Amino acid sequence: MKAIFKRELRAYFHSPLGYVIIAVAYFFTNYYYFTYNLYGNTTDFTTLYSMMFSVVLFLVPVLTMRLMSEEKRAKTDQLLLTAPVSRTGIVLGKYFSAVVVYSVAISATLIDAVITSFVAIVDWPSVLGNFLGIFLLGLALIAICLFLSSITESQVIAAVMGFAVSLFLVLIDAISYVVSGSFWQTLFAYLSFNTRYEPFTLGIIDLPSAVFFVSVAALFIAFSVVTLERRRWS
Amino acid sequence: MIQAVNLIKRYGEKEALKGISFSIGPGEVVGLLGLNGAGKSTTMNILTGYISSTSGSVSVDGHDIVREPSACKRVIGYMPEQFSFYPDMRVSEYLDFVCDLKGFSPDPEARKKHLGEICARVGISKMTGRMIRNLSKGYRQRVGFAQALVGNPKVLILDEPTVGLDPSQIIEIRQLIKDSGKDSTVIVSSHILSEIQAICSRVIVIHEGRIIADGAPDRLMQDIQTNHRLAIRVQGGRKEIEAALSGLPKVRSIKALPQRELGTQDFLVEGKIGSDIRADVFFALAKANLPLLHTYGGELSLEDVFLHLTSGRETAREVVK
Repeated sequence: MKAIFKRELRAYFHSPLGYVIIAVAYFFTNYYYFTYNLYGNTTDFTTLYSMMFSVVLFLVPVLTMRLMSEEKRAKTDQLLLTAPVSRTGIVLGKYFSAVVVYSVAISATLIDAVITSFVAIVDWPSVLGNFLGIFLLGLALIAICLFLSSITESQVIAAVMGFAVSLFLVLIDAISYVVSGSFWQTLFAYLSFNTRYEPFTLGIIDLPSAVFFVSVAALFIAFSVVTLERRRWS
Repeated sequence: MIQAVNLIKRYGEKEALKGISFSIGPGEVVGLLGLNGAGKSTTMNILTGYISSTSGSVSVDGHDIVREPSACKRVIGYMPEQFSFYPDMRVSEYLDFVCDLKGFSPDPEARKKHLGEICARVGISKMTGRMIRNLSKGYRQRVGFAQALVGNPKVLILDEPTVGLDPSQIIEIRQLIKDSGKDSTVIVSSHILSEIQAICSRVIVIHEGRIIADGAPDRLMQDIQTNHRLAIRVQGGRKEIEAALSGLPKVRSIKALPQRELGTQDFLVEGKIGSDIRADVFFALAKANLPLLHTYGGELSLEDVFLHLTSGRETAREVVK
């Protein structure tokens, strides 16, 4: 796992991809920081984090689109699958490399909070709650998009599917308002990433929501491992 | 060292392997010979754990490839038919990554020494700083060979290692494979008969997913040496030569070849499969007072081997064994 993790992390920064993702995240973070915090003269970071939620939805599919699909297309997976590394190790190595790049990308929000703390009082529990929320959201989205990348050889298809699924998961609570039957309403509301993310924006570390995001991540990592294993038997 | 028992592989309706079994001992250099689509790469992919067989079992160095994949893969160095590389990596980075993958010692000195030896052995010492994507096909192939050697594997599996190389590169890669056979068990696949003969001490011939011959390549060649096809150079006119040879009962066809020497004619004379036409051709030309200046050809083509083996499979297997 460590070997794959190192290689993938290096690959992000040997190509413009890692830098572009971080630059885009930093740009939007600072754009919202300027418009909401500096121009609005407030130390409340909730709005900034709410806006970053949408940015993350577009960044994660780009971050993960090549992870599995490119190996399959270029047939470099032959080296990995014939090496003494488990399928789980391969998937986890790739997953954690994306998580590291994602963490660096969203760290701009913390940097802004630290800078603000030099001149004003920052509500740190709220900031850290928000940061934890966006981090957990990323964990789940990365796992979902990694799985989508594992079922295709095309990076573009992986990215487009990633956008579609991410948006669907965010907007799923809208469906809960239009379906009849309390079971379906509860189910769609339960599955909504937006609903799950909300407590964190209020600075609340909501354990069920945290478990939800981690569980989604674990589930889709397992799906990716199964996809890789299935190819061996196909 | 390697035991394959009754390997069957189905891709949907198509049965790529139909019950292949073989055993390879330590230090053997074995060639898998077969036409394209015969099942060579499928066999190798199963041996390396890249894919699994539909039924049957494989054990490498005493470990089952399905139950103990990591233990098996640790003793295998594999060079796939198409060496795929990461375009963003230099040769040294790539080999370092392979060391990490294979769990080679993280000690920088030990790693540097090991990779230095491998690079010197395959002749890429001066290329370690280059991006792999910028290397020629021959050098890329060597990098592929180098990665297979990382960790000094007990078993080397090389899938068509000389495909697409020029003649001098082919000779070099063959020598590398021969040298590797001193330390490891080597399995090399090819559809070129002379290549297998040059490298291997044993050949397993696969045809349509089945083993149709298994033995020493020289014995296999000797047994089915073709004497029914002969290229000749005769002094004389074309019509006279054709007239002299066309009456021979064993001769099936006479084809004129481009003239290579003034006053002579070259022909490819082909008899019935299994027949020896050499003496008949000689005496027919002597009788017509046409000097036979030169004979050449008669080399086995892969098609000859398969025609022979598939036409009389049981006989061939008995003789080769």
